[in-house]
Amino acid sequence: MHASRLSRVFLIVYLIVLMLPIYWLINMSLKTNTDIVSGLGFYPKHPTFAKYLFILTDPTWQHGFGVSLTFVAINTLISVTVALPAAYAFNRYAFVGDKHLFFWLLSNQMAPAAVYAMPFFNLYYALGLFDTVWAVALAHCVFNVPLAVWILEGFVGGVPREIDETAAIDGYSFPHFFIKIFLPLIANGIGVTAFFCFMFSWVEQLLAMTLTSSHALPIPAVMTQAYALEGMDWSLLAAAGVLTMIPGAIVIWFVRNHIAKGFALGRV
Amino acid sequence: MGLSLENVGVISAGQPVIRDVSLDLVSGSMNVLLGPTLSGKTTLMRLMAGLDRPTSGRILVEGRDVAGIPVRKRSVAMVYQQFVNYPTLSVYENIASPLRVARLGKAEVDERVRKAARLVGLEPLLARLPSQISGGQQQRTAIARAIVKGADIVMLDEPLANLDYKLREELREELPRIFRETGAVLVYATTEPLEALLLGGNTATLSQGRVVEFGPTASVYHDAQLLESARVFSDPPLNEIRIAKHGDQIRAGKTEHLSADGELAGLPDGAYTLAFRADIVRLGQPWQKSIRLAGRVAVAEISGSESFVHVETALGTFVCVEIGVSAAQPDDLVDLFIDASRVFVFDEAGRRAGSRSNR
Repeated sequence: MHASRLSRVFLIVYLIVLMLPIYWLINMSLKTNTDIVSGLGFYPKHPTFAKYLFILTDPTWQHGFGVSLTFVAINTLISVTVALPAAYAFNRYAFVGDKHLFFWLLSNQMAPAAVYAMPFFNLYYALGLFDTVWAVALAHCVFNVPLAVWILEGFVGGVPREIDETAAIDGYSFPHFFIKIFLPLIANGIGVTAFFCFMFSWVEQLLAMTLTSSHALPIPAVMTQAYALEGMDWSLLAAAGVLTMIPGAIVIWFVRNHIAKGFALGRV
Repeated sequence: MGLSLENVGVISAGQPVIRDVSLDLVSGSMNVLLGPTLSGKTTLMRLMAGLDRPTSGRILVEGRDVAGIPVRKRSVAMVYQQFVNYPTLSVYENIASPLRVARLGKAEVDERVRKAARLVGLEPLLARLPSQISGGQQQRTAIARAIVKGADIVMLDEPLANLDYKLREELREELPRIFRETGAVLVYATTEPLEALLLGGNTATLSQGRVVEFGPTASVYHDAQLLESARVFSDPPLNEIRIAKHGDQIRAGKTEHLSADGELAGLPDGAYTLAFRADIVRLGQPWQKSIRLAGRVAVAEISGSESFVHVETALGTFVCVEIGVSAAQPDDLVDLFIDASRVFVFDEAGRRAGSRSNR
């Protein structure tokens, strides 16, 4: 009994520590700027949704959210689609250099995004992709495709080869088997992978800001502009922060069961 | 005509796993591949199914080389030792799978699925997912899928190994009957001699990637022409004594002298291996022509309907079978009597010698 009470106390303290910054962000977003700078306040004295309303009605902010969601969606789609056959091949077939290639994929993750910023900028400018959602979506593939292959390969390995063989014996063609039999079997893995791609692309700032200027400004860029232009609008930034967390929270809500299974089964 | 293997060999990672196998399996026949684990049963089946390719030799179906034909174009069905089904499809869809791919009409699919399900007793479970039924039922699902396809070649790779005792007995009786009607070449892999005997048909004994002997199951069992084959086809393990014959004298080990009765009579001089299964050895009771050995009981394994008594003698430890619960206790001093007219005698190359060898 004693131990269980102790662990409960520990858990509650841990949760408080975990939730505190998020609470503080929400707290700030509902305060006025005068309240924020006038001293420590654990709750908003004059709660207001004014900043939320502003962000949700202002065309620049709306556009920013639209751009971010678009390139994140495109990137997630591309990453998962490209990674699925690759993960299958890495797991099921032996070919010359397969292990080295697999490790090389992962080593892509080791370089900081800044390394890629310049070449991408130059390349996309030349190709006319600069300042479009495609620029960011494709650039993020450098990180997300290897990540997706790595995660999915673990899930592919969880499916016995005999299932592939049974399908071949039953007469399935490979594409038919892959779509009808195999994809449903690794649905959890696809969910987990999509989640990780989504989150990376959603929070990535450097490439997103370098590869856009005015037409396709993502949320981080809009935020930067907000305090550059109008001085420190603390509660506006806090409200924007809260709003950027929402898509992530929604995605987590949808894939929460998959993630739980995914952590148990695969390579996350 | 059926399925033929011609001098088939497989080399995997530099090691030969299948060596020069030639077999002729006739349509409508039951063929048992009998051998210990790693003897090449599964590899051989994978070759027959077309899942793997031989390194050398040819595989012919109805007299035609099938080397270039992909698995999905072949008329084969396979049931694995592990229960392999599509986890996301219902039992019904699992069974229907080969028919769906073949784009059969709804009514025909339904009729064939229900007929197969009835044969294996799955009718009430068709709507369930494989994870919602027992292991035995999962294996029945896999078997039903093999039935429904109506393939020319059906491979069952130790299909009953992971099932409980009662279900094994039941399915072992049903399986040959179910497939006999289809006229398919039925290939059945097992590690258990008893299973081969119960299934009947033909048996190929396998050892280290080679087919040692192939023929009607009963004759391979009762009349093994090679020592290796008799070893594979014996459970409990084959008892063996190295003997040397000089005229009337038969010596075994350093001191023992055996009587030259039964099979041992009329052997030319030389060195031989005397081999006998547990069922022709008994304790304390001579046969018409016996080879007698004195020994001490080491262990008595009692299975209920029979007991395996392990007896230590000067020539090694031998196993004998007694009906019912044996009265033998460890450390009892006993006389072993081996039926001299039913022993196998093999020459130094492991080939049958003795009076029964040319039957």
